[in-house]
Amino acid sequence: MGMEEIFTASVFASAIRLATPYIFAALGETFAQRSGVLNLGVDGIMLMGAFSGFYAVYVAQQAETMSEPVSLLFGVVVALIVGGLMGLAMAFVSVTLKAKQGISGIGVFLFGFGLSELLFQQWVGTPKSIQGFHRIDFPILTDLPIVGEIFFHHNLLVYVAFALVPVSAFVLNRTTFGLMIRAVGQNPEAADAMGVSVARVRYATTIIGGIMAGLAGASLSIALIKLFQQNLTAGQGFIAVALVYFGGWRPWAVAAGAMLFSFVNALQLQIKVIDAAIPSEFAVMAPYVITIIALIFASKRQEQPTALTKPYERGE
Amino acid sequence: MNKVAGLTQLAISSRFSRLIDFSPVVIALLLALVVSSVLLLALSADPIAAYSAMLEGAIGTENATAETLVKATPLLFVGIGITIAFRGGMINIGGEGQMIAGALAGTTIALVLGDLRIAPEFAKEKGAFDLIIVTLSLIGGFLAGALYGGLAGFLKAYFDVNEILSTIMLNQIAVQMMNFLLNGILLDPAEAGFNNIPKTARLVTAAQLPRLSLPIGDPFLFARTRLHWGLIIAIALAVIIYIFLWRTSLGYRIRAVGENQRAASFAGINVKRQMMFSMFLAGGFAGLAGVVQVLGLQYRLQTDGSPAGFTGAAGFNGIVAALFGGLNPIGAIPAAAFFGGLLVGAQKMQRELGTPASLITAVNGLIVVFVVSSEIFIQQRSKRRVSVAEQAEDEEEKAKDDG
Repeated sequence: MGMEEIFTASVFASAIRLATPYIFAALGETFAQRSGVLNLGVDGIMLMGAFSGFYAVYVAQQAETMSEPVSLLFGVVVALIVGGLMGLAMAFVSVTLKAKQGISGIGVFLFGFGLSELLFQQWVGTPKSIQGFHRIDFPILTDLPIVGEIFFHHNLLVYVAFALVPVSAFVLNRTTFGLMIRAVGQNPEAADAMGVSVARVRYATTIIGGIMAGLAGASLSIALIKLFQQNLTAGQGFIAVALVYFGGWRPWAVAAGAMLFSFVNALQLQIKVIDAAIPSEFAVMAPYVITIIALIFASKRQEQPTALTKPYERGE
Repeated sequence: MNKVAGLTQLAISSRFSRLIDFSPVVIALLLALVVSSVLLLALSADPIAAYSAMLEGAIGTENATAETLVKATPLLFVGIGITIAFRGGMINIGGEGQMIAGALAGTTIALVLGDLRIAPEFAKEKGAFDLIIVTLSLIGGFLAGALYGGLAGFLKAYFDVNEILSTIMLNQIAVQMMNFLLNGILLDPAEAGFNNIPKTARLVTAAQLPRLSLPIGDPFLFARTRLHWGLIIAIALAVIIYIFLWRTSLGYRIRAVGENQRAASFAGINVKRQMMFSMFLAGGFAGLAGVVQVLGLQYRLQTDGSPAGFTGAAGFNGIVAALFGGLNPIGAIPAAAFFGGLLVGAQKMQRELGTPASLITAVNGLIVVFVVSSEIFIQQRSKRRVSVAEQAEDEEEKAKDDG
């Protein structure tokens, strides 16, 4: 097995594609965590986003009332709304009711996991395929050798995900809203004293996180895999949470972590394809082992938001 | 006059609060009932019919009740472990992986000893093997789960790795390790090259936990069901762990770290060691859940390759049982029975009404959210109680001053 068999252009291209859901979900989670809310329900929200987005597209395409692009847009919007609603629920539980975030997040995960499966079995039954997002053909660029295959062979959502990295970094670091988010996550008492509503900021970031998780799910079900089945995400939402820690709560580093993780995943798939001597179970295991190792190193390096997981109680 | 009113109010509120001491659980249950009814209606299923099918499926017959208890057994083991971890301030989501670790180790021990006992060299010691084979397998299962859980505790204590994330990753790693071993060296020789279902050989009878029946009626109650001694072991351990947590200094130290790490550290408690210890115990109980599933029920370790293929998601549902039991090992006993009943009953509901049993997973999630959310009401109520008491005292003093 030569190196050129493993490190092909298609591996790099699929790494970029596979990174899409992680980038969406992890960027959203970065907002929530920066403000002090650890939303562990991301995977459940992704599953609900994936199912609702898929189902909207499926119904629209069956009814043939919409053109294909419109049906896809419709699916994305539905996934955004469902994700946002679940983010709202998580915000209500962890900000207003001040519930323990780690545990309530697991509850949100189980809820999304169960409900997406329930609705899928009830309304769809067996895995059905849809017309999902197609790759965009750029003039000239797409036909370039290697570079074209790696960078210009993707669907719209891939580019949206990568575009959101600088946008998120800008919002967090250069806007008043970003300043409020960081203040609320770092020192809620001081932010409160300055007249910033801690609750309102945390609601906003947790809902943003939910919306992004919904989009992450939809990017799987209507762009990457183009179908829905039970537990479609297979724990990707949890990896996304880990990536936020790994990236030290900074959008660029979080995205870099997502790329690294997806690259390992793409290699793993490639090794399976060319049937190397490594047992496939170990290949599948590798990304998780790497995540744990990455967390070990990340924890020594980074300062987490001081108020992370701590509900804000105004002193009286 | 005011004083009397204040004191009466205090007396009433404290009596009332004693009655509803389980209120987070009660609130959670009622809310979950409401939401699941709405869900059922949305799926155009009749909630009453669904609930009665579930009740019928859970405790309608002798066999149904036994199946409920069979399902409850791993939930109780895991729930006891989760209780220890959460009491120690460690959010252990690794029940799935720890169950697998325990099952792999325990099954391997049972298979190896099962082979050795029929080897001609050990013909004389066959009786001795029969005595120790189950015990050693259980201990091995406990230790393997404990080490796997302890690993997450170690990473938390010394590398500050969030235990929620590490245990979730370790779950996935354990699943792959099991798939690898069940497709390789642990594969049933009778299966190899045949249809390659990932499963081990069947355990010899001496390695199996005996079936359990109660000396009531003829034949004995549960005599013709799959109920096994794992349930008794789990209940006994629940009592032991209750005593351990609330009556020993070791248990006190675990809880102290869970209540307030800094205070515990000031009091001279080695916080890092307690973190590892509570995760070690939690993993051990999940490991027992895994090995008992093999020794008591399936008599071989097998999976369909999916993440919950062996565990049946008991590692997750045990968390729900632990929370529902008020993070008290004794409370976990009825909680596990309840969720065992839900899971078994849901299958009946699916057969009769066609409503997918995954409804229960969603409801379990809601119950978790509701239990942790309703804690705020408990806190507010105890605050109110304190303020009423203070008010009564104030008035008493004022009355004295006036007099």
